[in-house]
Amino acid sequence: MNTRFRIKDHWAEQRMFLRRTLTAGGLVLALLCLLLARLVQLQVVRYDYYAQLSQGNRVRIEPIPPSRGLILDRNGVVLAENIPAYQLELTAEQTPDAQAALEGLSALGLVTTEDIPQLLRTIGSRRSFESVPVSLRMSEEEIALFAVHRHDFPGVDIRTRLTRRYPLGATAVHALGYVGAISEQDMARIDRDVYAGTSLIGKLGLEAGYEGQLHGKPGYRQVLVNAQGRQIDREGALQAGLSSSPATPGNDLVLTLDIGVQRVAEEELAGKRGAAVALDPRDGSVIALVSMPGFDPNLFGRGLTVAEYDQLRNNIDRPLINRSLRGFYPPGSTIKPEIALAGLTYGVIDAHHQITCHGQWRMPGVRRPWTEGRGGVHGKVDLIEAIGRSCDVYFYGLADTLNVDRLSTFLAGFGFGQVTGIDMPGEKSGVLPSREWKRQHYSQPQDKVWFPGETVNFGIGQGYMTVTPLQLAHATSIVAARGKRFAPRLAAGIRDGQTGEMIGLPARPLPQVQAEPAQWRTVIQGMQAAMTGRGTAQAAAEGATYSIAGKTGTAQVISIEQGETYDEKTIAERKRDHSWFVAFAPVESPRIVVAVLVENGGFGASAAAPVARRILDAYLVGPQPADANSVQSDSGTGE
Amino acid sequence: MHLGNVNMQGSTTRRTLTYSARLLGRLHLDGPLLIGIGAIAMLGLLILYSSSGQNMGVARGQGYRLIMGLVALLTLAQVAPKYLRMAAPWLYGLGIVLLLVVEIVGDFGKGAQRWLDLGVIRFQPSEIMKLALPMLCAWYLHDRGLPPKPMTMLALLAFIIVPVGLVMVQPDLGTGLLIAASGFLLLFLAGLRWRIMLPLLAVAIVGTWFVSDFSRCTSVFHDYQCRRVQTLIDPTTDPLGAGYHTIQGTIAIGSGGVYGKGWMNGSQAQLEFLPERSTDFIFAVIGEEFGLLGLALLLGLYLFVIGRGLFMALQCQDTFARLLAGTLSLTFFVYVFVNAGMVSGLLPVVGVPLPLVSYGGTSMVTLMASFGILMSLHSHRKLIGS
Repeated sequence: MNTRFRIKDHWAEQRMFLRRTLTAGGLVLALLCLLLARLVQLQVVRYDYYAQLSQGNRVRIEPIPPSRGLILDRNGVVLAENIPAYQLELTAEQTPDAQAALEGLSALGLVTTEDIPQLLRTIGSRRSFESVPVSLRMSEEEIALFAVHRHDFPGVDIRTRLTRRYPLGATAVHALGYVGAISEQDMARIDRDVYAGTSLIGKLGLEAGYEGQLHGKPGYRQVLVNAQGRQIDREGALQAGLSSSPATPGNDLVLTLDIGVQRVAEEELAGKRGAAVALDPRDGSVIALVSMPGFDPNLFGRGLTVAEYDQLRNNIDRPLINRSLRGFYPPGSTIKPEIALAGLTYGVIDAHHQITCHGQWRMPGVRRPWTEGRGGVHGKVDLIEAIGRSCDVYFYGLADTLNVDRLSTFLAGFGFGQVTGIDMPGEKSGVLPSREWKRQHYSQPQDKVWFPGETVNFGIGQGYMTVTPLQLAHATSIVAARGKRFAPRLAAGIRDGQTGEMIGLPARPLPQVQAEPAQWRTVIQGMQAAMTGRGTAQAAAEGATYSIAGKTGTAQVISIEQGETYDEKTIAERKRDHSWFVAFAPVESPRIVVAVLVENGGFGASAAAPVARRILDAYLVGPQPADANSVQSDSGTGE
Repeated sequence: MHLGNVNMQGSTTRRTLTYSARLLGRLHLDGPLLIGIGAIAMLGLLILYSSSGQNMGVARGQGYRLIMGLVALLTLAQVAPKYLRMAAPWLYGLGIVLLLVVEIVGDFGKGAQRWLDLGVIRFQPSEIMKLALPMLCAWYLHDRGLPPKPMTMLALLAFIIVPVGLVMVQPDLGTGLLIAASGFLLLFLAGLRWRIMLPLLAVAIVGTWFVSDFSRCTSVFHDYQCRRVQTLIDPTTDPLGAGYHTIQGTIAIGSGGVYGKGWMNGSQAQLEFLPERSTDFIFAVIGEEFGLLGLALLLGLYLFVIGRGLFMALQCQDTFARLLAGTLSLTFFVYVFVNAGMVSGLLPVVGVPLPLVSYGGTSMVTLMASFGILMSLHSHRKLIGS
């Protein structure tokens, strides 16, 4: 019984398995037929279509670079724009030997020989199907020259690209920065997809700081390329399937800068080494940001040769350094108003505190006296006079009474020793000395101790303390605004590249400096005294139609260069003191603060103060009739 | 003299054939199957040499892998089915353990945990599962009679779901689906009732529908898996991503036409427009260089191997051998269809190599091993029923 059932099962099982196997076999056949049908469809029915796509023509996906946002000043004057230019580009994938091709181009004079190693590195860092610019701006002759030899250089082609142009040339170059060819280092930190098809990137200044806003997003389009990889246009069925998505243009940047004022400041500083910063104390807007000498940023968009770049970099005047943000100098007497305020708020002195200046100040137990920086004897002076006539002896004593801890704590509130937070990369913080700073900064135990004599020097802005022109303008703007403090900003707003909608960027308030209104008044009166009567900068205020508060300063030289050899005469010239001047106006409701530095300019009142006066005039009064030619009428009065 | 000579030649040929057949029989090998496999592999080497840009090193590497596979085939063909059956649960257990190990300490390869590095060799435990799962199911059904009863069915489903789940979380969607397919094919051959099978199929179809919407899909699966399914539905959604493969694949095949552009003359492949041309997309290179005729020949060879495998399965005498032989043959077809379907744009890009042709991977050895098992099952028949 049992055996019979098992045998019966066995047969049933085998029949079932046969049925199932045959079903599966049928299914296999059916699916293979489906596959074959698909292959027939591809290879027979649509053969012509695919053969065309593949043979003469191939579909490539090509990025459409976005147009970079414009940069405008507060009155709408265009500071950076895009113009079409002819670029020579090399696509590694289609070039059998990139080095040989570059050497060939260099033999024709289209590429500089020294640039070849750098270009090869850039080509290596990009994807093989991306084209890399090897010459950024070609002249008519160069285009003609290349056209003749084009067949010798597969994978090298001329493309029309938008390139950056700065219509005002070197004007405001240190604020704007510049764009340059995307380097190997840039490639490492950017999103390659966003920069596909783009050859320029912001390198410095606002161009770098607002790169994300200015750049935009690339689009893509399918293009037909022939076997040599050259793009071809073809009418008919082939183009029907080609898709594209447009690029999103970058946003425009509207600045707080007033280019009229900027130009006046640059003209005044022309031929000198120096910096000037003008701020609106009411919201931290930067009205002018000057560092001289400058350079023409258009050179970088065109593509500098290695030699040209070296020449710029090794120039002893350091045109590439933005002195307003990155040059640090001892502030000299320009910080006396802040130190006076420290004395008032700590209750060490009051507005009527008087001393008698004999031209020197002695510290008990120290043999050598501290002398008046510029010689002279002031006699009986109160605080207002001490600021106005810049009496060092008054401040030696005040600093000594205050001590270093209170001084550095109080000055930190004015932003010294820290970056101001301006919306631009590369800012330096300078040095605000303190016991702690000295302990960390020096390695030898005997150097780590703070000496009381160092506090005395600190009182007149000499010694360890260094500031950038921007920091000094920022600190002075806090005095002008009676304690209100804003991070300096260059961008007033962003204009959407597509809709044209303007989005204002808000001012960025910082913690206020606390003092009594009467104390502010005293300090400001001191700065006003500097501009009148026996004040140090009285000459600079002559004929002004508005009231000015200011302060001169003379900084002993600490050169910003290191270890270079200059001839004797240059050294003598470069060992002169730096000239400082800070001011704001009108005193009653300040609308502008300036800080001017002239390197090796000597006494503050002689070199820096006249420059500051011209900046104040340009902003508050408007361009002088005599200067109408040099200042564009559309840049207005800057109100 | 003349006639004698002819006679002599004829008998020599006959003797050689008889001798070969006897040798094959003694080695438990199957002549027709070997010829089919060999023909596909030779065609594969030929096209690989072209697709790799005349790279002899690549062809040699593939040759070594083929020899390794042949050794595995020869070895497994000698093992009697009885021992294969006994080994089934152990192999399955080992596979599960290795999958768990990979999950915990796996080497990261291409963003997914798949590889196990044993110092000397790196391999994917999921490859073991391709063999172990059908073996285990066939072993389990061997003593239980067909068609399976409901409780047996549940056990089988559990056997399938565990390894498939482990492979899918690696995440390796393609291999997971292939292992699931082998389990399902075995159930089908075991006589699973249509009224159970159809709902299962429905679940699979609904599942596919579920993953076809990107946002719906990413709520459960990895982004890259969803993107692959997505580009099948609309290849233009991601022109630089997975869709690019499909577009270039169809261009390569289509432009090959009926006769092809000739060996080493496929512009799509030779000018590197076609991605993964030596591995997953080698089918397109055959289509471009050898045309419809080349692909038809290849598909014909595959059909011959599958047909021979199914024929051998029918000749097997016990449940274990029949089910395993049938499943291995049909799974082989699934590989072929999934790869060819993917390259020609019928199926999503799931990263399955073209069996015996694609360069590299442990799959070559696994495939040859499965053919070894097939030959063992077929050649160890008892001539008289028990």
